[in-house]
Amino acid sequence: MAHQRLPLKIGHLRQYLALINTGSGCLHRTVSFYTQVHAKYCPIQYQSSRRFGLLSRSMQKEDPELTSVRYNVQRGNFARISSEDVAVFEKLLPGRVIADPEELVGYNTDWLRMCRGNSQLLLRPKTTEEISEIIKYCNARNLAVMPQGGNTGLVGGSVPVFDEIIISTSLMNKIISVDEISGTLVCQAGCVLEALNTHLSDLGLMMPLDLGAKGSCQIGGNISTNAGGLRLMRYGSLHGSVLGLEVVQADGTVLDCLSTLRKDNTGYDLKQLFIGSEGTLGIVTSVSILCPRKPQSINLAILGVSNFENCLKALKEAKGMLGEILSAFEFMDSPCIDLVKANLQLTNPISDMPFYVLIETAGSNGTHDEEKLNLFLEKVLGEGIVEDGTVATDSTKIQSIWAIRERLAEALLHDGYVYKYDISLPLANFYDLVIDMRERVNDIATRTVAYGHLGDGNLHLNITSPTYDHELLEKIEPFIYEWTSRYNGSISAEHGLGFKKKDFIHFSKTKKAVELMQQIKVMMDPKGILNPYKMLPDKYGD
Amino acid sequence: MKVLVGVKRVVDYAVKIRIKADKSAVETASVKMSMNPFCEIAVEEAVRMKEKKIADEVIAVSIGPKQAQETIRTALAMGADRGVHITTDARTDQEVQPLAVAKVLAALVEQEQPGMVVLGKQAIDDDSNQTGQMLAGLLDWPQATFANEVTVADDKASVQVVREIDGGLQTLSAPLPAVVTADLRLNQPRYATLPNIMKAKKKKIAKHKAADFGVDLASTVEVVSVEDPPVRQAGQK
Repeated sequence: MAHQRLPLKIGHLRQYLALINTGSGCLHRTVSFYTQVHAKYCPIQYQSSRRFGLLSRSMQKEDPELTSVRYNVQRGNFARISSEDVAVFEKLLPGRVIADPEELVGYNTDWLRMCRGNSQLLLRPKTTEEISEIIKYCNARNLAVMPQGGNTGLVGGSVPVFDEIIISTSLMNKIISVDEISGTLVCQAGCVLEALNTHLSDLGLMMPLDLGAKGSCQIGGNISTNAGGLRLMRYGSLHGSVLGLEVVQADGTVLDCLSTLRKDNTGYDLKQLFIGSEGTLGIVTSVSILCPRKPQSINLAILGVSNFENCLKALKEAKGMLGEILSAFEFMDSPCIDLVKANLQLTNPISDMPFYVLIETAGSNGTHDEEKLNLFLEKVLGEGIVEDGTVATDSTKIQSIWAIRERLAEALLHDGYVYKYDISLPLANFYDLVIDMRERVNDIATRTVAYGHLGDGNLHLNITSPTYDHELLEKIEPFIYEWTSRYNGSISAEHGLGFKKKDFIHFSKTKKAVELMQQIKVMMDPKGILNPYKMLPDKYGD
Repeated sequence: MKVLVGVKRVVDYAVKIRIKADKSAVETASVKMSMNPFCEIAVEEAVRMKEKKIADEVIAVSIGPKQAQETIRTALAMGADRGVHITTDARTDQEVQPLAVAKVLAALVEQEQPGMVVLGKQAIDDDSNQTGQMLAGLLDWPQATFANEVTVADDKASVQVVREIDGGLQTLSAPLPAVVTADLRLNQPRYATLPNIMKAKKKKIAKHKAADFGVDLASTVEVVSVEDPPVRQAGQK
C-alpha cells in the first residue's frame, strides 16, 4: 500500500494519540494497539510519540521557582565547583560532563515541575569505578553530589536544591546476567524498568514491581526509594525481592553486597540500609533482584461500586475468592474519571459510578483463573456489592483500562499545580480523610481526587489548582499530616520523603527513631555530601 | 434481517511471535489468544445495527478448536444473540484456507439466510484478506471490502459503504444481501459490560463439523517452512 495521508476522523486521531502517549512523561512506552495495527496495515504519517513524551515540559511555559527560594533553604557548607574540578571530571569522563545551563534545566527540574535546583554540572558515568572515583574526589573536595536516575520521583528528592553535582546513572544500563531457573537478574542501576521487563519477558520472567513511570524510571532509583507500585500486594516490597546490591559509599568505597543468593544469614543485612534511603547513605550502582515468572494469563476487571464500604467488601471477597491469583487491587473515585475524561480524553469503559475498583488476576492457567474470576464476579454482582463493570482478557483492552489508572498522575498535571499526598491509613478510616479534605478545600481548589492501592491501604490524595497557591497549601498542611498521625498512618506510604516531606517525618516516626537515623547518616557520610537537604530533617519536630 | 459475523481466534496482537523449533509453524502452545481485532470491529458494527433496529439477530460464527468457543462468547458478550462453532483441530492460521472457510460460510448462509455478512478484512495471523471476497464470489453477492462506514438504507434493500482504498475513500452502493469486510476505522469496539458477560454464558452456541456442510477443511497448500525474518544488521556509521 502506498504511504498516503488517509482522512482520519478527529475523534479517532485523538484516541490514537492518547493511546500512544501512555505513561507519565515518558518517551519509551509500549506502542498501543491502534498505532501498531495502524502501522502494519495502513501506514500513514503521524506524529511520533517523542513529541508527546515531553508533555510535562510543554505544559507550563515558565520554569518553576527555585526550590531554595520558594522554601527558603540555607545552603550547606559545601565547596563551590571550580574550573579545576571540571577539568578533573572531564579527564575522568571524557565527553560525558555537561555544563550547559540550557541542557541542565531538565535535570534540575522534577517531573511534577514543582522543584528546581541550580546545579551547574552533570556527570554521566558508565561504570561503578567511575562513580567511585567521582565520589572520592568530591568527598576530598567537600563537593555535594546528587544521584539521579529517571527523575520521576514525586517528592523532589531526585533534583538538586542548590548546586549539587548531578550524577546521572542513565548510561549505566547494562544487563549483566539473568538466571532463568532461579529468576535472578543482575544489572546496573541505570536500567529502565520497562526495558528490563521487555528483556525478561522473552525468558518468561517479569520484574517484581510495576509503576506508571516504568518507561523512564531506573531500577537504581526504584531501589533507593523502595518503590511500591501496582503489584506490591502480590510480589511484596523491594526489601524482600532485592537479593543484593553494589553501592558506592560517601568516601568512594565500593561496597560489594551483590549476592545472588536467596538465603544468606551471615551478618547484618547491609543492603536493607540502602533500600529506601533515597541516595543519602550511598549510591546504588548494581542490583541483583529476584524476578517472578511471567504469568500465562492476565485478566483485568474494572468494576463500578456505589459506595466506599462496598469497595472494602469487594476487596474482602477478592482476597477470599481470587486469593493466590490476585495481582492488583486499585481504587479510584469518580472525580478521577472526570479528570481523565477532561484532561486526557480517555473514555470510561463502564457507566459513571461513585467509585471504581480495578482488579487484576495473574496466574499460570487461563481456564482456572477465568473460572475463579467468573465465580467472584457472579457473587459480587449478585449480592449488589458491585453494580457495573467489564472484564478485559485481550492485551489492547487491558492496556486501555490500566491507562486510566496509570495516567492519573499525568492527567493531574494538566490542571496546573498538584498538591500530591501519599498516605497509608487503616482501611476503616481510609476514605474519611478524603471527605474531610474535600470539604476543607473545595472552594479554592480546582479538584480533589483520591485513588490508590486499596489492597495495600495506600491512598493517593491529590488536590489541584491552576498555579501554586500558598493559601491552599496552608489549608492542606499540616491538617493532612495531623489527621494521618491521629490514626497512626504513614505520611508517605511509598513516595518517600525526598525534599518535600522530610520535615514531617515526626508525624510518623518517634524522636528516638529519627535520632538514630541521623546518627547512622553522620557515621556513613560524615561530610553529608550525598544528596543533602533530603530525607532527614535538620531539627526534629520543627 | 439477520446479520452473520465471522470471528477468528488468533494469537493476541501484542504477543511477540515465536516460531516453533521445527520451523513448521508459529508457536501457539501456551500463547495468549484473542479475537482478531478486525473481527471485533465487525461484531461491533453488527451489534450497532441491531441497536439501530436494522438487524434483529446477530449470529457469531467461528471455525476452530474447542477454545474457539471463548471467542464466540466474547462476541455474545458484546451483543451477538447466538453462536455457531465449527469444530476442527486443524491449525486455523495455516492449514484451514480462506477458500475452505468461505465454503463453510456459504453453506451457513444458505441455512440462515442473513441479509448481510460482516467479516473482518483480514486475520492478523495469516493476513490473507481473501475470505470475504471469496464468500461473495461463491454466493454471487456484492462485496464491499475495507469498510470505513456502513449505512443501510431505510428500506433495507441496499447498503452504502465508504471504502478505504489507496487513493482515498470510495463510496459504493450495493443491493442487499451483501458481504462487507471491516477495516480499522469503521468503529471502536465496545467493552462488554459485566451483566452482558453473565448473560452471554446462557446464550446458545450450536456445534457442527465442516463435513455437516459438505466442506472438506483439508489444506490444499503445503507449508514448507516458517522462519523469522533475517536479523536486522547495523547500518553504516
